[in-house]
Amino acid sequence: MPVRLPAAFSPPASAPPARPEGASPGERPAWLDLVDRVGDFWIVGVLGLLVLVFGLLNTQLFTKGAWLSISNFSVEYLLLAIGQTFVILTGGIDLSDGAVLGFTGMMSGWVMQGMLNSGDSSLLTTIVGFALAIAIGFLIGAANGFLITRLKLPPFIVTLGSLTAVGAAPSLVNGGTEVSTLPPQIGNIGNGAVGGWIYTTFLVAVVATVVFGLFLHRTRFGLRTYAIGSNGLAARRAGINVDRHLVWVYAISGLLAGLAGMMVMANQAVASPLSGQNDELDAIAAVVIGGASLFGGRGHMLGTFVGTMIISLLVTGLVLVNVNGSWTEVVTGIIIIGAVALDQVRLRLAEL
Amino acid sequence: MAGPMADEMPEPPGDQALGPGQAPRGEGQVPVIAARGVTKHFGSVQALRGVDLDIYAGEVVGLVGDNGAGKSTLVNILSGGLQPNSGTIFVDGQRVSFSSSLEARRLGIETVYQDLSLAPDLSVWANIFLGREQTVKGPLRLVGWLDRKAMAASAEADLERTRIKIGSVGSPAGRLSGGQRQAIAVGRAVAWGSRVLLMDEPTAALGVEQQERVGELVSSVASQGVPVLLISHNLPQIHRLCDRVVVLFRGQVVANLRPAECHVDDIVSWITGAALGARRSA
Repeated sequence: MPVRLPAAFSPPASAPPARPEGASPGERPAWLDLVDRVGDFWIVGVLGLLVLVFGLLNTQLFTKGAWLSISNFSVEYLLLAIGQTFVILTGGIDLSDGAVLGFTGMMSGWVMQGMLNSGDSSLLTTIVGFALAIAIGFLIGAANGFLITRLKLPPFIVTLGSLTAVGAAPSLVNGGTEVSTLPPQIGNIGNGAVGGWIYTTFLVAVVATVVFGLFLHRTRFGLRTYAIGSNGLAARRAGINVDRHLVWVYAISGLLAGLAGMMVMANQAVASPLSGQNDELDAIAAVVIGGASLFGGRGHMLGTFVGTMIISLLVTGLVLVNVNGSWTEVVTGIIIIGAVALDQVRLRLAEL
Repeated sequence: MAGPMADEMPEPPGDQALGPGQAPRGEGQVPVIAARGVTKHFGSVQALRGVDLDIYAGEVVGLVGDNGAGKSTLVNILSGGLQPNSGTIFVDGQRVSFSSSLEARRLGIETVYQDLSLAPDLSVWANIFLGREQTVKGPLRLVGWLDRKAMAASAEADLERTRIKIGSVGSPAGRLSGGQRQAIAVGRAVAWGSRVLLMDEPTAALGVEQQERVGELVSSVASQGVPVLLISHNLPQIHRLCDRVVVLFRGQVVANLRPAECHVDDIVSWITGAALGARRSA
């Protein structure tokens, strides 16, 4: 589905620079056309390049074990990055989703433990656990959106506040200790792998990416999400209820953080108060590496997927080539800056 | 919710017609859109001081005035983007009050904004359909699945009327030239404006040839019965295109001129207030 990424121009409030009236498109050098054609999918090439480099340095990268490790690592970041993509496209940011992941997991685990102790069936307990995590995530996200739109507070401030408040909450649940009395279904989800190659949790994350990707790129809701980030005033004049839309966008981010909380719990077979800490930064990094503009209006779910896989690949790849784990973050940081810088260069070339 | 109410629209006060040729073309008809005694202030700044305006079917009305005379404020009130402090708007003789531009648009009042109101990252067709997207039929409709093909095709047809080449309706609006973007904004308004077109400086970023085309477009829209209120600083263009020119001076309508019966310089002297001074001292 060759959806072209929209072009980013100056910050969203101002009008984009006009091309001079008389400029004729006929005089561009051929290599610029190549830049155009590679277009928005060059980040896929970066992923391929990384696979090649790590693979040449250590062929173990092409083993099942390495794949399982990479895909398993990507699950929570992918789920958070999906919601983050919606938020960033509107020109906002959600710093709270890692904290929401941790809190929803703890709340859900704590309630499930109580249900099991009082003799409820494990299937019912599992269903309630999922519903609860997703509902709490949704409500926290909606509360973020409500504060941002009704009190006209910057998204950065509101979600920084909920990051701090919600982030501390898990240590108040279950005395701040891990919940390990969980229904067996949770553990089965974490251990299960389709055909031995695809973890159930990874499958859940990929299905969520596809579903929300189609929702973003093929529906009215998605189109309006782009419009709000691209020109909020135009969106308002076009009759879009921008405030209500933003509440939904932050609620989606929270909902997916709740789902991520359940996946992390399944993966570790315990609900830990430490889950999700600092995850939001990796999710934002994945979205930005995937080509989204923090000014809003520009980005793509496929880019987010690739961005997440790049980060996950780096973690496993650097271990495989015997590099100290701390270097992962150094390299991730460099890639974030490099990706954005390259993207800017590409866009400037596209305007020639 | 703005609903037309069956209120009587008062006749404009007699002193409104100051200039020569004041009788509007559609005298005896009901104006398509009318303002009565509209005032608007921003803090202590009085932008509009009791404006009366009638626009009749098929008319091209020029709205001119110096910077700060209240032109854009008046257009924003007529398009529902601003609410007047006092005064009333009538559509086809029915009293209306818009709480948003959406309500004005529902009545077929379309606006070309000075800033064009385009989302640069969205495709041309998406800009034209934003807020009125077409969805597919069937179960996918429930999730708001867009009928992209239908919208692209119909956007192409809309833009053909502007006769300004856009290239592909799939390209992002921000990648187009200033003239092309203006053509999208005009084309969008023409496509949806079934009752009145309000145009705030629609030709400001255009080259001479493209200005001509927008001019032709304005005339053709009006000839199909949809009146156009045109704000422009380009007085020769206003003089050439308009059936009637309304001059705002410090938030008041000071003249209602017929270009056929006056010279561009007459319009200028009303805009600067020179004619007003002359009339007062006479």
